[in-house]
Amino acid sequence: MTYAIEISDLKKRYEGGFEALKGIDLKVKKGDFFALLGPNGAGKSTTIGILCSLVNKTSGNVSIFGTDIDKDFAGAKKHLGVVPQEFNFNVFETVFNVVVTQAGFYGISRSVAIKRAEKYLKQLDLWDKKDDQSRMLSGGMKRRLMIARALVHEPDVLILDEPTAGVDIELRRSMWEFIKALNEQGTTIILTTHYLEEAEQLCRNIAIINDGEIVENTSVKALLKTLNQETFILDLDKNIPEGWNLPNYNVVLNQDASSIEVEVVKGQSLNTIFKALDTISVNVISMRNKSNRLEELFVKLTKG
Amino acid sequence: MKNSEIWIAFYTILIKEIRRFTRIWPQTLLPPAITMTLYFAIFGNLIGDRIGTMGGFSYMEYIVPGLIMMSVITNSYSNVSSSFFSAKFQHSVQELLVSPTPNWVILVGYVLGGVTRGLLVGLVVTILSLFFTHLALESLFITVLVVFLTAIMFSLGGFVNGIYAQSFDDVSIVPTFILTPLTYLGGVFYSIDLLPSFWQSVSLLNPVLYMVNAFRYGVLGVSDINIYWALVIVSCFIAVLFWYSLYLLDKGKGIRN
Repeated sequence: MTYAIEISDLKKRYEGGFEALKGIDLKVKKGDFFALLGPNGAGKSTTIGILCSLVNKTSGNVSIFGTDIDKDFAGAKKHLGVVPQEFNFNVFETVFNVVVTQAGFYGISRSVAIKRAEKYLKQLDLWDKKDDQSRMLSGGMKRRLMIARALVHEPDVLILDEPTAGVDIELRRSMWEFIKALNEQGTTIILTTHYLEEAEQLCRNIAIINDGEIVENTSVKALLKTLNQETFILDLDKNIPEGWNLPNYNVVLNQDASSIEVEVVKGQSLNTIFKALDTISVNVISMRNKSNRLEELFVKLTKG
Repeated sequence: MKNSEIWIAFYTILIKEIRRFTRIWPQTLLPPAITMTLYFAIFGNLIGDRIGTMGGFSYMEYIVPGLIMMSVITNSYSNVSSSFFSAKFQHSVQELLVSPTPNWVILVGYVLGGVTRGLLVGLVVTILSLFFTHLALESLFITVLVVFLTAIMFSLGGFVNGIYAQSFDDVSIVPTFILTPLTYLGGVFYSIDLLPSFWQSVSLLNPVLYMVNAFRYGVLGVSDINIYWALVIVSCFIAVLFWYSLYLLDKGKGIRN
């Protein structure tokens, strides 16, 4: 089976001796929506840097859509689009030229590049800014410009390194709708983010990297199943009577007593809680996790 | 990449470079025009008349080829060094590095961008010089060949500078402290025959001397040195600098971790 990305025993030691990657193995299936998570300095950016040739690897093998980067890096790069964390376009170029010039670096003719630039700039709501110098754009627009630029050669794999950092909620949502549509059309997406709810909602598979090693590599569903305990916050329509408790559950009454926090361990049912509240004629208006589930796992896996 | 794709990538880099220096023409094209006009007016017209002839030509006629070459050298060099360093500084060089464009195409694209600016400024200075003196043309072939090879050589030098530079100071240090003295002492304003024999020998170690004299030979037909020897030296410098630039690019010096 050919994978979108196949990494084996990848090591990176920087000048000075810092070992950023200690021999990682990673496979990303074609068409996947994949999250690469890890704390700062864990090795995410080094891994992405090696994939897109901004970092030289020390040893190991990397293939992109079956093309070994040691044998045909140019061929491998054609499959890859990268949206880096930091803005890295010429700020004095116009928005349109940033995208069309990038197409030229991939050997795409100007006539095709112009059509694609129009297509992606329109899809990303940047068409009316096409003649503006890119330094004049807002932070969110600059992020979208980098997505348009990464897509202009229509890559099979799109790597997004912290694409929503500093982006407002509305824009973040529209960005994800766009990326989800791309994934549905067949583009493999690899995402790094610190917003773990994004990874939980969007990604099918996940790898967590810590201290240069992959500490977890599985599906998001399978990972969430490993949670032994979750804390839920229940908003109630009236205050809980004094002295009320729920046997076998750890319940914390919030100060106003109109909401409670309940710890539910694996094997326990939420129905028991609802039934108990029903017996005292208290209705649950809404319910939410106290903290993001993936975040809990992430902390557990990376806290050392 | 297919040949047609390589051609598109090269053409894209070249156009990008030309667009860059024409967009900032008050910084790139105007200053050499003003500076050289002042050189022509002061050294050529005012002081030159008192100096008399040099190499059988009026002083103005003698210094014009040198001043044209000085413009070509300075502008070819600084175009590539500042453009490549700016791309590093803004991280926009990553746009090229993540693409399948081969390193040699990146190098040739940047170098020809520098050559284009060098030749364009050389043309502007040549046109301006015609307001002050008559320019004969002894050999069009030698003139064009020398100016082209010189622009290539100094563009390559600028590329190496751009790769090593870590700050804007690093980009200006070489032109200020190395290139300018070499150019001024490279026979732009005088014939080395005027120097004592020891300093004549020292001057022969200056590569700029060969280029200025070879160009002067193409224009006026006079030279302090053998122009074929000059062409060999320039060609050797180009070969070494090209190989070294490509080696640095392949290694990722200053641009890849």
